[in-house]
Amino acid sequence: MIALALPAQDSGSFTPPGIDEMHLPAILPWGAHDGFSKQMLLVILSVVIIATFFILAARKQQLVPGKLQFAGEMAYGFVRNGIAKDIIGGKDFIKYVPLLFSLFFFILVNNIYGAIPVIQLPTFSHVGGAYVMAGIVYFTWIIIGIKKNGLKYFKLATVPSGVPWYILPIVVPIEIISNFLVRPVTHSLRLFATMLAGHLIVMLAGSGIEFLVMQENVLLKGASVLVLVGAVAMYMLEALIMALQAYVFTLLTAIYIEGALHADSH
Amino acid sequence: MNQLIISAATEGEAKSNPLVPNVWEMGVVLVGFAVLMYIVVKFVVPMFEKTFAERAEAIEGGIAKAEAAQAEASAALEEYKQQLSDARAEANRIREEARAEGAQILADLKAKAAAESARITEQAHAAIESERQAAVVSLRSEVGTLATTLAGRIVGEALTDDQRAARVVDRFLADLETQSAGAAK
Repeated sequence: MIALALPAQDSGSFTPPGIDEMHLPAILPWGAHDGFSKQMLLVILSVVIIATFFILAARKQQLVPGKLQFAGEMAYGFVRNGIAKDIIGGKDFIKYVPLLFSLFFFILVNNIYGAIPVIQLPTFSHVGGAYVMAGIVYFTWIIIGIKKNGLKYFKLATVPSGVPWYILPIVVPIEIISNFLVRPVTHSLRLFATMLAGHLIVMLAGSGIEFLVMQENVLLKGASVLVLVGAVAMYMLEALIMALQAYVFTLLTAIYIEGALHADSH
Repeated sequence: MNQLIISAATEGEAKSNPLVPNVWEMGVVLVGFAVLMYIVVKFVVPMFEKTFAERAEAIEGGIAKAEAAQAEASAALEEYKQQLSDARAEANRIREEARAEGAQILADLKAKAAAESARITEQAHAAIESERQAAVVSLRSEVGTLATTLAGRIVGEALTDDQRAARVVDRFLADLETQSAGAAK
């Protein structure tokens, strides 16, 4: 932290990177927008990576698995048993495994990009992808709720049972806002904001090191080592957060689906 | 790597709102995720589920087999234990019998030996007694004869009268006995 503050005291030439640096020039510009961006390439790459890995791992299915199959089964079993079965439970949890599985690994791979040198760009540091993912989940659990309970679902989801009638005017609006308006926003922004912040910190540390190394003053040059140490620690933390956010996003999805399935008992 | 990103970023661009999405990116994410979902639903999940089901079946079959083997083994163990305890009881019984028999034999032998020894002692006593009697009788007559002869020689008178001679001898012997009794006292 002290090391990070040093360049600011020096003032003048150091300008920390901001939000604008999040937007790289397009790889292949076209149309009114930025064109084909690095994020888009990474999304396509992530689909190829996940599909290839799991199809290879699942292709030669044997009762006694090899290394690759074992790794694939571990990963699949983590989402299947650790999230879907534990949260949704019952007999029909298996129906939601594909969605949860795809969500977890799609987000995980797109986040981990941020920790891989050269690529170093988490896809969800752009808010668009996060909106899409949260939107898919939002419509999924609403549709599941309606399918399961009919239109009565909206009453079940907003009017809690066992609450005295005179409190309902307060509780019902709160339930509507929290379940149907705030939930998708927090769901998407949580993912986006952690990725953006993590990416910004890594960028800031990088530019800070670059700036300090360029200084004439030997002490300032040496201070870049401190920044480097801090940057490595932050990098580790970011890697953890990247995996954690993929898990949190999937876990919340499972909780929302479970809530929609069992709306009558909540 | 970071330096690359930073130097690539152009400064002085218009301030962008990070919450405003790029529509094209949203489209790519949506399509990419849809493709992934399709692959997962169509291939990945069925393949893994098939293996899981097969494995569960194999494991359950294995468990049933193991349970049967376990039951068999415990039955065999039970039987073996039964046999062992039977054999132990049998051995105990035999040992008890042998001990009783041995004791019986020993007692018999002891009784026999005691009877034998009593008989031998009895015989010895009888023999000694008869010998003593014989010795006393022969001594008495011999001593009498000797004494009479001796006295006859000394006195010069033949003590031919048997009755008197016997009386003299008896008196002599009685004197002798009182003397020896006095000496013993």
